[in-house]
Amino acid sequence: MKIIVLAKQVPDTRNVGSNAMKEDGTINRAALPTVFNPEDLKALEMALQVKDKIEGTTVEVITMGPPRAEEIVRDARSRGADGGFVLSDARFAGSDTLATSYALSKAIESTEGYDMVFCGRQAIDGDTAQVGPQVAEKLGIPQITYAEALEHIDETKVVVRRRLEHGVETVEAQLPVLVTVTSAAADCRYPHAHRLLRYAKTPVDVKNADDVKPDFSRLGLAGSPTKVKKVDNVVLAHKESITIEPTDENLSEMMHSLIEEHII
Amino acid sequence: MNFYTDNDSLSFYLHHPEMSEIATLREHDFAEAGQHPEAPANADEAIEQYDSVMRLLGEIVADVVAPNAEAVDHEGPHIENGRVVYAKGTQQNLKTMIDAGLYGMTLERKYNGLNFPRVLAVMAGETIARADVGFATIWGLQDCADTIQQFASDELKEKYLPRIYGGATCSMDLTEPDAGSDLQSVRLRATYDEAASCWRLNGVKRFITNGDADLHLVLARSEEGSTDGRGLSYFVFDRADGGLTVRRIENKMGIKGSPTAELVFTNAPAYLVGERRLGLIKYVMSLMNAARLGVGSQSIGLCEAAYREAEAYAASRQQFGHPINQFVAVQDLLRAMRARTDAARSLMYETARMVDRSATSKPASRIADILTPLVKLMASEFSNRNAYDSIQVHGGSGFMKEYACERLYRDARVLSIYEGTSQLQVVAAIKGIANGAYLKRIEEYDQQVSNMVLSDQQTAVLGILRRATESYKQLYEKATSKGTSDVLFEHASRALTEVLAYTIMGYLLLIDSTRSERYLDSADYTAREALGEAVKAIAMIG
Repeated sequence: MKIIVLAKQVPDTRNVGSNAMKEDGTINRAALPTVFNPEDLKALEMALQVKDKIEGTTVEVITMGPPRAEEIVRDARSRGADGGFVLSDARFAGSDTLATSYALSKAIESTEGYDMVFCGRQAIDGDTAQVGPQVAEKLGIPQITYAEALEHIDETKVVVRRRLEHGVETVEAQLPVLVTVTSAAADCRYPHAHRLLRYAKTPVDVKNADDVKPDFSRLGLAGSPTKVKKVDNVVLAHKESITIEPTDENLSEMMHSLIEEHII
Repeated sequence: MNFYTDNDSLSFYLHHPEMSEIATLREHDFAEAGQHPEAPANADEAIEQYDSVMRLLGEIVADVVAPNAEAVDHEGPHIENGRVVYAKGTQQNLKTMIDAGLYGMTLERKYNGLNFPRVLAVMAGETIARADVGFATIWGLQDCADTIQQFASDELKEKYLPRIYGGATCSMDLTEPDAGSDLQSVRLRATYDEAASCWRLNGVKRFITNGDADLHLVLARSEEGSTDGRGLSYFVFDRADGGLTVRRIENKMGIKGSPTAELVFTNAPAYLVGERRLGLIKYVMSLMNAARLGVGSQSIGLCEAAYREAEAYAASRQQFGHPINQFVAVQDLLRAMRARTDAARSLMYETARMVDRSATSKPASRIADILTPLVKLMASEFSNRNAYDSIQVHGGSGFMKEYACERLYRDARVLSIYEGTSQLQVVAAIKGIANGAYLKRIEEYDQQVSNMVLSDQQTAVLGILRRATESYKQLYEKATSKGTSDVLFEHASRALTEVLAYTIMGYLLLIDSTRSERYLDSADYTAREALGEAVKAIAMIG
């Protein structure tokens, strides 16, 4: 079985320093440490579980981003993935979820075929949860979103438990299928020391836009109907600080007012 | 959380200036580069590898081993159908470490090892021990592999070493009911079985840490009629071959996750490691040195844990309207704990570097031999003092089971006992005291520091260390006034050893402080300890 995992390198929002934002309110990416998007890591684990169960399965990782996103491919390989590549090209710059999912679908089509595609439900920097479903749509394959666990897998079908807001739902799909994985799924296994050392030294393939033969009008800014009008930097000045007693009632009130004011 | 990246001292010693040379030695001038997909091509790459594996280990220790420690302490191992079953947390710790390929760190690549130097083995050891000393004992016993790697035949190496990487656990079966510190009295019999072309072991071993391990190194009497150490040989025994019964496991005060077993060998098949008669006098002594350094690393992990527990509590506990870390009496405790941790750690890494250099250097080997008992002695005694002080900082809360410092206090207690009591470490140090080897080493450190550019504060510390050395000489004069065979010298030997140890640790921290100022305070504290101990001992002796 051939599996593709889509993964994204994202800013590590748990370790944001004081220089994380530039004066104009945009993100200072150079100052942010990066991590493997947490739900993508869980998607990788689900893919590796299939590899554990079905002999001969290969897991390839595709990540779209700047060249340093090769760290994601190395990390995935140290945990058990068989290969992968970075899709990197200045012509992808400014892509919204539509253009991104188009580029990723072309990257997937450029491989030697696939039976399953796994990706995280969403990335912690954008939180849209749109890319996975849009990729499935462009590939013309069924999708299962919010996957928590694989209940069954064989060469022709998969049974997946989905974690929804008010319960769980178990669904079956024929292969090929795209599965988006939520944070409720199992944590990814640790890297293996030997693989860690081995793949630190192995070059990572990089593909550019030409390699995946896209319709160039659907890439980057040109292919992105989403236009960012303005980015506001919410500055919480000290004078606005209030002190509340930590009771359940007060905390709930505070949460509501923060949501109402679109701060969170 | 990551127990490697949150502890700057580990990276500090990983990037010690001598590490390039050690990596080069360990990699035989990078002879395997290009031949093996993991072999580094140069020292920087090797050190990067050490760093990346420590990051992985630090993450697992923080995520898995540390959260399991309390439950492991409560549950402990038990016997089921004659076999030891580890606590659930211990099983998970082991499986996670094995699955991550971390076993066999110091083994050569041809045996699936990472070919890491001893410095990395002790660094892994202290990182694990900070979370759970009991688990660190089980982990540390993989050092048995080094004895096999160093002394066993190729056939035995190929048979057993790859299994260590696969997670086969080990034990070192030395102690018997009548042979503890006095290993020359070992009685367990080994007789050669011509028909089966193997040795047969018969007898009892007691207090065996991780006693139901997969692979055992057993000290046994192979020479019938002999009564001393020269009649003992060393054997490797595979648990899967049968002939071993676990009679009981001990109910211990601490390190409860680590099973301590009484073993009965009945015609157990075993294979000779190296040559007959060299079991105790060569192989055990070699393994013992590694094991003592290993206990040093466990002790330092415990020192660090006790300090951190105390520091966090002192920052959060409010009394008289202030966090208690604002009171001088508490600050004094914290400062002493920090200094002990820093001092023992600096000595341990210096010793580990010497062990690594021993491969090609006789002088380094001699220095490693004299420093090892100091590491074992001081680190284990410090771990007990840190555990005591950690409870003291916690006040009444520390006496309750709810706080980790209570477990640390119990776990620390064995560290100054097993693998040679503190008293035996002093015995091991006496030769170096009498022949001046320690003083010579101190002179070398002094020479090294004299060539450095020092701040006023550093110069002041150097002054205290020189005074301590002079006081040591006075103490030595007094202790040997009736000769080194008189009981007076024996009475003074502990104090002599400790003064030397403090002085050496003071010099090492002073040297460290030239790379990072944060060690200066601990250097100052340790130098004063050296001087204070010397003056006190002069008053006490005679």
